[in-house]
Amino acid sequence: MSERSQSETFPLSRRIFLLSSGALAIALAIPDAAEAANGAASKPPLSPDQLDSYLAIEPDGTVTVFYGRIDGGQGLETSIAQMVADELDVPFGRVRMVISDTARTLNMGGASGALGVSRSGMHLRRCAAEARRLLVEMAAKPLGAPANRLSVSDGVIGSMSDPAKKISYAELIGGRHFATHLDWNGKYGNELVVSGQAKIKAPSELKVIGTSPRRKDLPLKVFARLDMVNDVRLPDMLHARMIRPKVAGAVPVAVDESSIAGIPGAKVVWIKNFLAVVAPKEWNAVRASQALRVTWSESHPNFPGNEALHDHIRRAPVIKRTIQNENGSIEEGLSKSVRIIEGEYEYPTQSHASTGPACGLADVKNGEATVWTSTQKPHYARDGIAQLLGLPVEKVRAVWMFGTGSYGRNDQGDATADAAVLSQHLGKPVRVQYMRHEGLAWDPKGTASVNRSRAGLDSSGKVIAYENISKAFSRLNIATNEGRPAHVLAGHLLGVPLEPDQSFEVPVASYTFDHKRLGWEIVAPLMDRASPLRTTHLRDPYGPPILFGSESFIDEVAAATASDPVEFRLRYLSNPRDREAVKTAAEKYGWDARPSPRNDQKNADTAVGRGIAYRRHFDTFIALVAEVRVHRDTGVIDVLRYVCAHDVGLIVNPETLRHVIDRQLVYGTSRALFEEVRFDENMVTSVDWLTYPVLHMGSVPQSIEIHLISRPEAAPSGAGEMALGLVPAAVGNAVFDATGMRLRRVPFTPARVKAALA
Amino acid sequence: MPLLYALRDELHLNNPRFGCGLGQCGACTVHIDGQAVRSCLVPVSSVTTARIVTLAGLGTPEQPHPVQAAWIEEQVSQCAYCINGWIMTAAALLKEKPRPSDEEIKTALADLICRCGTHGAALRAVKRAAQSS
Repeated sequence: MSERSQSETFPLSRRIFLLSSGALAIALAIPDAAEAANGAASKPPLSPDQLDSYLAIEPDGTVTVFYGRIDGGQGLETSIAQMVADELDVPFGRVRMVISDTARTLNMGGASGALGVSRSGMHLRRCAAEARRLLVEMAAKPLGAPANRLSVSDGVIGSMSDPAKKISYAELIGGRHFATHLDWNGKYGNELVVSGQAKIKAPSELKVIGTSPRRKDLPLKVFARLDMVNDVRLPDMLHARMIRPKVAGAVPVAVDESSIAGIPGAKVVWIKNFLAVVAPKEWNAVRASQALRVTWSESHPNFPGNEALHDHIRRAPVIKRTIQNENGSIEEGLSKSVRIIEGEYEYPTQSHASTGPACGLADVKNGEATVWTSTQKPHYARDGIAQLLGLPVEKVRAVWMFGTGSYGRNDQGDATADAAVLSQHLGKPVRVQYMRHEGLAWDPKGTASVNRSRAGLDSSGKVIAYENISKAFSRLNIATNEGRPAHVLAGHLLGVPLEPDQSFEVPVASYTFDHKRLGWEIVAPLMDRASPLRTTHLRDPYGPPILFGSESFIDEVAAATASDPVEFRLRYLSNPRDREAVKTAAEKYGWDARPSPRNDQKNADTAVGRGIAYRRHFDTFIALVAEVRVHRDTGVIDVLRYVCAHDVGLIVNPETLRHVIDRQLVYGTSRALFEEVRFDENMVTSVDWLTYPVLHMGSVPQSIEIHLISRPEAAPSGAGEMALGLVPAAVGNAVFDATGMRLRRVPFTPARVKAALA
Repeated sequence: MPLLYALRDELHLNNPRFGCGLGQCGACTVHIDGQAVRSCLVPVSSVTTARIVTLAGLGTPEQPHPVQAAWIEEQVSQCAYCINGWIMTAAALLKEKPRPSDEEIKTALADLICRCGTHGAALRAVKRAAQSS
C-alpha cells in the first residue's frame, strides 16, 4: 500500500519511523475494533459536547487523549498525560496523546499564553474524571455492587467487599465509545469549557500529578526516530521556494522564466504578488530560487532604520490609546508629590528567529485539502486555509507535527498557507521550506517599544503616584493565529483586505499605590501590507518590553530614595504569593539589604552586582535575582548567577517545570543581551546568525538555581514563558548595582554598555 | 549539491536538518570519517568514499551513545530541531578528548545555535557523558 492511499484510509500518525531498510513505514492508529459490553460502537461526530471527543479507551486498555493544543518541546504531552492518568486511575505509561490533528481533535487554542496545563490540562482532567465516573457506574451491574462500593486501580475496577470481583476499563468499553453528552459553553480555543457531573480529585488524592516522569518525545528526538513536519514526503511532491523582494513593498512586475530553463523540472508560480519556484528535487528548487530573474516594482518604504526606531516611536502619532488599569487620580497624586522621578526605557524589534526556517506541506485536490504543519495553532491554520482556498472548512484537514520551536506566532503558518496556495494552483502536493534569510527577515516580529514611567513621592519618600505608559506598534498588527487570510503573508500578497488590530498591554504586577495609571499607546505600522516588520506575539508577548521598563523603573525609584530594591518592592506588595516569591528569591540568593549601586568597585576592571525583578502573570508569581559581572574595557556582561523563585500553584511535573524555567532564563538572556532586528530604510538587514546575533554557549549563565514554591491547593497556572520576561530588568538592575550605570535600551550589547560606561 | 540535500532528499535520511545553509548553526551536522561536519557546506561530490554517520546511526535506545544517554538523563532538548549539531559535535569531541574541561566543551560547542535555551543543560550532559564513558 502506498503512503498516499494509507493516509486517505486511516488517520496518519504523526510519527513516521525510518526503518533500517531505508523504507518509510507509517504507524497507523488502530481503527475502531472490538465489541464490548457497554458503550456505543460508532464514534459520535467530533463535537465539543461529546466526551468521546477528548478521550477513548482502546481495546488493549490504552487511553487515547485527543489534545487540541500542541507541544513545542516543553513537556506538555507528558504533563497532560499525567493529569489524565491521575483522574482515570491508570498508569501514566498507558496514556497516549493525539496532538492537534484537526480531524481528530477540537480547537483548544493551540499554543497560547502558556495555557496548556491551566486551561486544557484542567479541561481534560475534568473529562477524565467524568469518564472514570461513567466507567465505575458501568461496572456496578457486572460486579454486582453499587458504584460507591467500587474502587479503581490501574484501570481495573474492583469490588471493595469482594476482591475477586474485577473488571477492567478495556473490558467495559475498550474500542467502543461513551456517547455521553457534556455541558459545553459554546466556545472554542482558549475559552472552550465543558463540564460533566464528576468532580476532580482533591490535592491529597493525586498520585501521578506531582511526580516527574520524563518527557515522552525526547527519546524519539535523541535517537532520530521522530519525524518533524520537514520530513514528510508525499508522492509526486514538488519542492517550493518563495521569492521575496530585496526592498520591502516591491512586487514582481516581470519574471524571466528562461533564467531557470536549464534547471530540471523547475517552474515559476506567479499569482498576483505571490511568487515562487517549484521543482521535483529540493536542491533544484533552491537553485531556481537563486537563479530566477525578477523585475520588481519601485518601492520606497522609508523605514526609519533600527537605530532611529525609538525616536520614530516617540514622535509618531498615537492611533489608539488605552488606560487599562487606573486607581485614584495620577494628576492629583503628582500634584501632591514633593518629588517626581521619570524614567524611559527602550525595547527593540525582535525576531522569532526559529532554529529551523519554517516548513509546511499541502495536498489540495478534488475539492479537499490536507496540510502538514507545525504552526502553534493548527485549527486556526485550517480555518484560514479553507478561506484562502475557497473550500468549506470541513474539507480541510491540518495535521500538526513536531517542528522547530516557534516562540510565539512565528512564520510556520505562513509557510503552510504558501504550500496550500501552491498545491491548489499546481494540483500536486507541495512542500515549502523557507530559507534562513526568510526565517529572520520575513517572520512576524515582536514589537519595539518606548516605556515611560513616572513616580511621585511624598515628603516621607512614599510613592503616592505611579504611571507607566508603553508606546509601541500593535502586538496584533497581524493576529496571533492564522485563522484569517489577512494574517498570513500569502493573503497579503494575494490582495485580501487587511484586518489589523490595535493592542498592547500593561505590567501585571500587584504593586499598590494611592494613585496609579497603567496604559499603552499604539503607533501605525511602518508598512501596512506584506511588511517584513509586521508585528504580532513573540514569546511572552509583552513581558520583556514592558517589564524591562516597569521593573527597571521600580529599581530606579528605589535607588533614588536610597532604598534596598527588595525591601522597596515589598513595601508596595500585599498579596502573600507576590511577597513570598520576592522574599524567596532574595533569601535563596543570600541578598544583603542595602541600596544600589555598590559604589565600591569604581576603579576595578570588572564590577559585580545583583538585581531583582518580579512579576505576576495570571496566577503565576515569579521573582528573579541576577548576579552579573561587567567588564569595563569591553562592555561584556557575564551572567554569573540566576536565582528564580517560581509559584505556579499546583505543580504537575516538578522536574519538567525546572527544565522549562532553566531553558527560558537562558533564552531570556539571549533576548536581553543580543537580539535586535536590524533594518535600513529599505529592508530588514538581519538575514542570518551573524546579522541577528543570539546567545551562544560562551555566554550561557554560569549558574541557574530554581526554587519552586509548591501550592497544591491552588489551581495550576502557566509556566511556559513567564520567567523569561524578567531577565532584561533583572540583568539591567544588576548592572546598575555593579556600576551605577542604568541601562535604558535592550539589547545590552558590549558596544552599548561600553559606551554607556565611558 | 550540498551533502545535506543528498542525505535528505535522495536518501531520505531525515535527521540532519536544514537550519541555515551557511554553516552558522550546526543543525545539519553529520560525522564524516569521525569528524563533525556541517553537511550544508560539503559538496556531495567530495565525500563519495567517506564513511558518513548521522544521528540515527550513532546509537540506539538499547545501545545509546554516552552522549545520547546523557541527553536523556539531563532532559536537554526541547524542540530538538538543533539536536544533530549538539549531539554529533559532542560525540566527536569526546572521541578526540574523552575528558574535556568545561572550557573545552564550551569551545567545541561554541558556534551551535539553539533557540530553546538548552545550552546549560547541554553542557551538563556532555560533562555527564564524559564521566560515564
